[in-house]
Amino acid sequence: MSATGIGAAVRRKEDHRFITGQGRYTDDVNRPGQAYAYFLRSPHAHAKIKSIDTKAAAGMPGVLGIFTGADLAADKIGGLICGWMIHNKDGSPMRAGPHPALAQGKVRYVGDHVAVVVAETLAQARDAAEAIAVDYQELPAVVDTATAIGAKTVVHDEAPDNSVFNWHLGDKDATEKAFQAARHVTKLDLVNNRLVPNAMEPRAAVGDYDAGEGIFTLYTTSQNPHVARLVLSAFIGIAPENKLRVIAPDVGGGFGSKIFIYAEETVCVWAAKKVGRPVKWTADRTEAFLSDAHGRDHVTHAELATDAEGRILGMRVKTTANLGAYLSTFASSVPTYLYAPLLSGQYDIPAIYCEVDAVYTNTAPVDAYRGAGRPEATFVVERLVEVTARQLGKDPAKFRMQNYIKKFPHQTPVIMMYDTGNYGASLKKALEIIDYKGLGKRKRDSARNGKLRGIGFSSYIEACGIAPSAAVGSLGAGVGLWESAEVRVNPIGTVEVLTGSHSHGQGHETTFAQLVSDRLGIPIDNVSIVHGDTDKVQMGMGTYGSRSGAVGMSAIFKALDKVIAKGKKVAAHVLEADEADIDFADGHFSVKGTDRKLDFGSCALQAYVAHKFNGQELEPGLKEGAFYDPTNFTFPAGVHICEVEIDPDTGVTRIERWAAVDDFGNVINPMIVEGQVHGGIAQGVGQALLEGARYNADGQLVTASFMDYTMPRADDLPSFDVGMTVTPCPSNPLGIKGCGEAGAIASPPAVINAITDALGHEDIAMPATPQAVWRAAQKSISRQAAE
Amino acid sequence: MATVSLTVNGKAVTANIDPRTLLVQFLRENLRLTGTHVGCDTSQCGACLVHLDGKAVKSCTILAVSVDGASVTTIEGLANGDKLHPMQEAFREHHGLQCGFCTPGMIMSAVDMVNRRGNDLDEKTIREDLDGNICRCTGYHNIVKAISAGAEAMAGGSLKDREAPRHAAE
Repeated sequence: MSATGIGAAVRRKEDHRFITGQGRYTDDVNRPGQAYAYFLRSPHAHAKIKSIDTKAAAGMPGVLGIFTGADLAADKIGGLICGWMIHNKDGSPMRAGPHPALAQGKVRYVGDHVAVVVAETLAQARDAAEAIAVDYQELPAVVDTATAIGAKTVVHDEAPDNSVFNWHLGDKDATEKAFQAARHVTKLDLVNNRLVPNAMEPRAAVGDYDAGEGIFTLYTTSQNPHVARLVLSAFIGIAPENKLRVIAPDVGGGFGSKIFIYAEETVCVWAAKKVGRPVKWTADRTEAFLSDAHGRDHVTHAELATDAEGRILGMRVKTTANLGAYLSTFASSVPTYLYAPLLSGQYDIPAIYCEVDAVYTNTAPVDAYRGAGRPEATFVVERLVEVTARQLGKDPAKFRMQNYIKKFPHQTPVIMMYDTGNYGASLKKALEIIDYKGLGKRKRDSARNGKLRGIGFSSYIEACGIAPSAAVGSLGAGVGLWESAEVRVNPIGTVEVLTGSHSHGQGHETTFAQLVSDRLGIPIDNVSIVHGDTDKVQMGMGTYGSRSGAVGMSAIFKALDKVIAKGKKVAAHVLEADEADIDFADGHFSVKGTDRKLDFGSCALQAYVAHKFNGQELEPGLKEGAFYDPTNFTFPAGVHICEVEIDPDTGVTRIERWAAVDDFGNVINPMIVEGQVHGGIAQGVGQALLEGARYNADGQLVTASFMDYTMPRADDLPSFDVGMTVTPCPSNPLGIKGCGEAGAIASPPAVINAITDALGHEDIAMPATPQAVWRAAQKSISRQAAE
Repeated sequence: MATVSLTVNGKAVTANIDPRTLLVQFLRENLRLTGTHVGCDTSQCGACLVHLDGKAVKSCTILAVSVDGASVTTIEGLANGDKLHPMQEAFREHHGLQCGFCTPGMIMSAVDMVNRRGNDLDEKTIREDLDGNICRCTGYHNIVKAISAGAEAMAGGSLKDREAPRHAAE
């Protein structure tokens, strides 16, 4: 392994600009003559708009334009779309209402977009927005997930009972039979709490219009600028793709929330032409809380059937998923194909049946948030398995080991064909790291100090690199999920790699360069990674779902194969040998069995000067592209163990130890992979202990700032013990499975299993705040006293 | 409009501004020092943290005119020319950043922590003292390591003497 090649903990190339304040985020972009947009948002969760009077506001200082839904409609600007078609059990398509970028006749959640003011300064735009008179007729709001279906209030006329779809997966009859044969059935009612992604950089957009060329440019906080261009062009109708450039510069975290095509970005780029000036908008934090797509929000009843020996026979799950007031870009895929196919977890479960009701409510749209469906599935599986082990009186680690899938490939009853893994190895390693044998003593020590100690396991699996494209197309996806790469070798042998992946914290500028340095045998400093600009990179699907390593780097790998193949042709001419006799290794082309060789840079120069070969027989230049479409999903899996200590007097839960053992297949940069695990765990711990988006019965978001919504801070978390096992992924050339979401998927059930272990309870709702834990602890204490 | 004069990163600046201009707006929009970020506007996240007369402040909740005459150091003024500040170097060495958005505030906060609490900082102290800075990417694990190492390096210790981050693949 070279110091900068695959497997090395290379320090990040991109860091210099971030640690010196030279990063360039969307809000750092300023265009000459730029004006500012401010969105007037609905203060009501549900209301008819009787009239909007903008006359007084239009005359205020600095105002350049005020626009409403009627103006968008007049310009034939279409609504926002949901790109994944789900069919109901009966085969009929899902029921989706319109999603205008600016409201037309009705507002459906607090924060919904009513009008936009564009002015010389942000303060002037804000002042003018206050002068817009909107006459609302308030309507009752439907907020609660579990009771949305059949509620008196209807969010969209297209879905008269608020049901977007009623979908299912699995074999219902086989599952019923498994339950009839069961010796024991575990039943749980679970709520997967609603979360706000809260990337530290708020969403932002700068729209620009070049009237001379007729070209729109949108700078935006996007995880997938090409998808944004495709949607803005083909569906919303801003401009044809060749007249629309989307640039996602440095992006300050995404976690899913910056996948989607939102109203604000759409309106800013459109308004730039209307006012003839660049238009900038940056969300403040409360706008982010109100209008970024939220995550999770499931209500579930789940059952697990086991036989007399403790073998799992079957699982049945009934989930209601809140999709909010409108269908966001990929909302419908999250509680369906990103959820139910993961319900087999790491276990050999012969029969699974899952039914999902997706509902409209008067709340912000809900879509993918780190893990997207897979954390919800893992929470169901790992809570069921844990509670079953306890009810059967079995050690939770042994019960898991007993039921793990041990032979691969393994076909689950819910679509997935797991290709490889070694779940027992991860569990064994995690048990060693956490010192499971010493748990009894640690519990006694805690008890002596008046504290309660508990341990919680989570054996998670996720499906990443969602593909092949034909397969996801058959499941309803509106796009293909391949990735593209172009490798441009310059005449002196430096390399630019253009990738359709987008880095917003993942360190692609380093890991992708490591791959190139490794394969071409050139210094890592000679490699630049170009991403995030539709004018530079031809096409791409972006970064989400832990796909950039498994899919994005595989595309680069494929393009590098072509570069090396072309280099061999050039080298054969230069070295006057047969092409079949040319080898390439360690940065040199050489003739087999001789000492004749040509270094990579010299080969590149020869390719461009084209003096040594006939340009009609071999094209000059050294530049190759590739599109890579995976043959299967990848299946990262692992075991996380959380150990907590609870103070029953205060209800405060301290995480004392955390062991994470993950199998991500081959690892490019262990430093970066471990960083992804750390961050994922922190988000999952946030969900389990601290975070919860709360609407009151009127549909007002009462957790709309960092003062009301508890973000994990440094003193809420421990340091983590991270280990790895490796079974290389067989379905891509690098053997990569993906690591971006694992921590967030694994951690919530680990925390809740630990707390319930400590308290001796079956369940506690997330977030397990000190108040909730204190109440539960008091119940435990009085129950123990009674016994 | 109001006149404000400040020394920013060692340079004297004077400008005529709307009196409601926040210090962070003045830095970002008037001076184009965009390394200082706005993550929340309620003094919670610390992305806007700068040093005002040598002490850490959150520039999103200070009016520029209210600190007329003060000296401000931002992330752009931390390095000594091309030579990075030891805390900047430590964040890179220990992978204390991912998306980079909270990073300028984190580094400025860390330097202030060392100024207030000295160079020998244990994990508990660092975690408690970092309460005013939110990071959504790193889970703080490597930020804590970076601050510990950076604090020591600020005393003249070498980063190489410290244990490097442990990596499972080793």
